[in-house]
Amino acid sequence: MEITFYLAAAVAIVSTILVITRYNLIHALLYLVVSFLAISVIFFVLGAPFMAALEIIIYAGAIVVLIIFVIMMLNLTHEDVQHEKEWLKPGIWIGPAILSFVLLGELFYIFTAADSPSYQGQPVEAKAVGLSLFGPYILGVELSGMLLMAGIVGAYHLGRQKRKVIHRFLEGAEG
Amino acid sequence: MNPIPMDHGLMLAGILFMLGLISVLIRRNIIFMLISVEIMLNAAGLAFIVAGARWAQPEGQVMFIFIITMAAAEVSVGLALILQLYHQLKTLDSDAANQMHG
Repeated sequence: MEITFYLAAAVAIVSTILVITRYNLIHALLYLVVSFLAISVIFFVLGAPFMAALEIIIYAGAIVVLIIFVIMMLNLTHEDVQHEKEWLKPGIWIGPAILSFVLLGELFYIFTAADSPSYQGQPVEAKAVGLSLFGPYILGVELSGMLLMAGIVGAYHLGRQKRKVIHRFLEGAEG
Repeated sequence: MNPIPMDHGLMLAGILFMLGLISVLIRRNIIFMLISVEIMLNAAGLAFIVAGARWAQPEGQVMFIFIITMAAAEVSVGLALILQLYHQLKTLDSDAANQMHG
């Protein structure tokens, strides 16, 4: 079990590095799917199999497919890849990368300085998650339902195009 | 099941979060910035799952469900905004977004 965790962690880190260094959007998205699948394996090892399934279905399925649809609608060409290559020069990415690595080093120092509590290793069942989701956290479920509704309405409102062609029955009435 | 130290899981979440942070700082393509936000949200969810597994409590997974819900809503609104930006300005440069004028 341990070796599975470390292998999946290595795959997740490498594929995420590949995501953030690609110029081509579709290649980056394919590596993003690999990263999500590796993190799903980690959830499985940590004793959360239902969350592993949700990760694959929602993240690697729905969200990535949504982004791919939008990329297909945008109809990107080879020139956009060249633009991306121009935008990503070493002078731009070295500074933020060093600063972020300093933050990561501090995080590691805090983790290693404190004596780490050992992990018992008993899985949390999906039934317990469901019971607490519809017991003490029912208000959060209702709020996330409202959030999704607002997301649908907002996406429809923002993504709407100005109508260019009016229906032929309405043309006379308009003009 | 062999125990995995909690700090290794948290370190993995930290590394993934930092990679997303670097990407959102250095990229100018707005779709890449959206993808980086997804990476960071996923890393935060991983930290919640690790903590939930450590104390064998369902709260971590409950939080992960809420994070996934929020990510889905956020990506739909973000992609609609990206479509509008591209239709109006014909570019994915995030620096051009200040020319949208509402």
